[in-house]
Amino acid sequence: MSPKTLYDKIWDAHVAHEAEDGTSLLYIDRHLVHEVTSPQAFEGLRMAGRPVHAPDKTIAVPDHNVPTTPGREDPSNMTADSAIQVAALDKNAKDFGIHYYPVSDVRQGIVHIVGPEQGWTLPGMTVVCGDSHTATHGAFGALAHGIGTSEVEHVLATQTLIQKKSKNMKVEITGKLQPGVTAKDITLAVIGETGTAGGTGYVIEYCGEAIRDLSMEGRMTVCNMAIEGGARAGLIAPDEKTFEYVKGRPHAPKGAQWEAALAWWKTLYSDDDAHWDKVVTLKGEDIAPVVTWGTSPEDVLPITANVPSPEDFEGGKVEAAARSLEYMGLKPGTPLSEVEIDTVFIGSCTNGRIEDLRAAAEIVKGKKIKEGMRAMVVPGSGLVRAQAEEEGLADIFKDAGFEWRLAGCSMCLAMNPDQLQPGERCASTSNRNFEGRQGRGGRTHLLSPAMAAAAAVTGKLTDIRDLT
Amino acid sequence: MDKFEKLTGVAAPMPMINVDTDMIIPKQFLKTIKRSGLGVNLFDEMRFDDDGNEIPDFVLNQPAYRNAEILVAGDNFGCGSSREHAPWAIKDFGIRCVIAPSFADIFFNNCFKNGILPIVLPQEDVDKLMDDAQRGSNAVLTIDLENQTISGPDGGEIAFEVDAFRKHCLLNGLDDIGLTLEKAGAIQSFETKAAQERPWV
Repeated sequence: MSPKTLYDKIWDAHVAHEAEDGTSLLYIDRHLVHEVTSPQAFEGLRMAGRPVHAPDKTIAVPDHNVPTTPGREDPSNMTADSAIQVAALDKNAKDFGIHYYPVSDVRQGIVHIVGPEQGWTLPGMTVVCGDSHTATHGAFGALAHGIGTSEVEHVLATQTLIQKKSKNMKVEITGKLQPGVTAKDITLAVIGETGTAGGTGYVIEYCGEAIRDLSMEGRMTVCNMAIEGGARAGLIAPDEKTFEYVKGRPHAPKGAQWEAALAWWKTLYSDDDAHWDKVVTLKGEDIAPVVTWGTSPEDVLPITANVPSPEDFEGGKVEAAARSLEYMGLKPGTPLSEVEIDTVFIGSCTNGRIEDLRAAAEIVKGKKIKEGMRAMVVPGSGLVRAQAEEEGLADIFKDAGFEWRLAGCSMCLAMNPDQLQPGERCASTSNRNFEGRQGRGGRTHLLSPAMAAAAAVTGKLTDIRDLT
Repeated sequence: MDKFEKLTGVAAPMPMINVDTDMIIPKQFLKTIKRSGLGVNLFDEMRFDDDGNEIPDFVLNQPAYRNAEILVAGDNFGCGSSREHAPWAIKDFGIRCVIAPSFADIFFNNCFKNGILPIVLPQEDVDKLMDDAQRGSNAVLTIDLENQTISGPDGGEIAFEVDAFRKHCLLNGLDDIGLTLEKAGAIQSFETKAAQERPWV
């Protein structure tokens, strides 16, 4: 048998039909659904009189536009249009008989945090969601990617997706990371290296010692931003850490089924001589704590660097950089560590897990946020929130002056009331620094949870290594 | 789905790289439960100021391009989120074809589901069409999907590639779900086999 990559193996195990030109029907094991990209899909089913093909494989949770302040179970505390979308999801989940975690459920949270937490996401699965950050689930060795609403409707109706196979790309991070360098720095550094279109047409497998050394939370952070590198999906081969994380979760297999699953999962790795269409290698020790300076996730620099000048670039990037710098209100040559911040956002499907909150709390402990700073922590799920409260992290944040919020996507995309005002500058653990992403005119610097916490304390972008 | 066969229309130039889905349709317009009516919000933050007045410099506000049906853009068009509101807004505005050196994956897929033809061309061809598009209302291009050609105002022709299955669906306005349900037997066989091999799923 010819050697295969992990992607090849998962793909082959899920092809339900293949046409002569390679167009395939890929069977979907888990379909995650949220309130923003699904209403039109359910409406399409109703109009055609179609049921959901596999309601037991379909899981819904409202996350994008729910407020993160108390009293949100009452729709009158939401904006009217948000309330309509959440009510539509309530109704669709009930009418079509799919699994559902409503706003009032402690297990509610960001769909990409809830899926793994509840054991819906398992190695070797195909996972889709009408959300580009579905790549997160690749951390389990699951083939996971975002789809549009037409495809959401297609999966609801047929449990399959029309696909052509992507190419294989290996991203290897060798050796150890330096102190203060995190999974977020890895994933941003990779995008800085490849550009936001570098992964277009590929599925990435992340590997190497630095990836192996990451916790499951860290691996989810890395895979989460595969889409920002343009890739269809990001994958990490499952190992003992993966199995340990999955074991005992509510929807993970038990008993004899666990043993059978484990036996298959252990075959899910890329064969030594598998073919790669593209290989990118970074040395772990060369990765520094990084921040973004512009309005594309590829605008990444070490915190020790200066704001670049448009002339540092070539081609279309010259104009793009000039536009970014103007939008961001930054002068070329300014040290990034002197850029003053007025808002800090810790949360999102990229960095809203317990490990992220622990890392931020460690920096904040016993300190106060800078006067005038607006800082908030938005846990990724109700269960992350509960655990952080039990571990005393919530008190650390509150004592320091952070707002301690309920779970949701929040200021990552600012569809709920958590938004930046024009000109406000935010140190954010989220995934996109696009113009207007966190609010019209808002300026976003992407960084790790520890770096965001440090910025909250000092009032400017800060090298975490100076604080520890 | 609407068929796409031949389109003759004004091409608007947008020579930016990395035009992201937040630019195409900002998040405040995602709170709809409909597919229609988003054209007025297309490129909202670039097209309108804080008071809702048109920004005259923006390409689609210029008299020559207000009825553009084709967009010529830079690398990595449509990067960012999976929101299908982006192609919905483009189509509702009246644009049925986007030409660029490269597209983001999910946006590219979403276009085909909505009767929009995204065309990938080498940079030099895009540069030429960008040049054509900058001639205002004289910038009329004809896109012929059947023959896979773009004809410019000077009569020159550029050939383009398109996936055969997607071309077939666009030309005939075929609904993916209907096509897939014709293969219900294959899906059922797969499910029977998968239930034995991976009963935990």
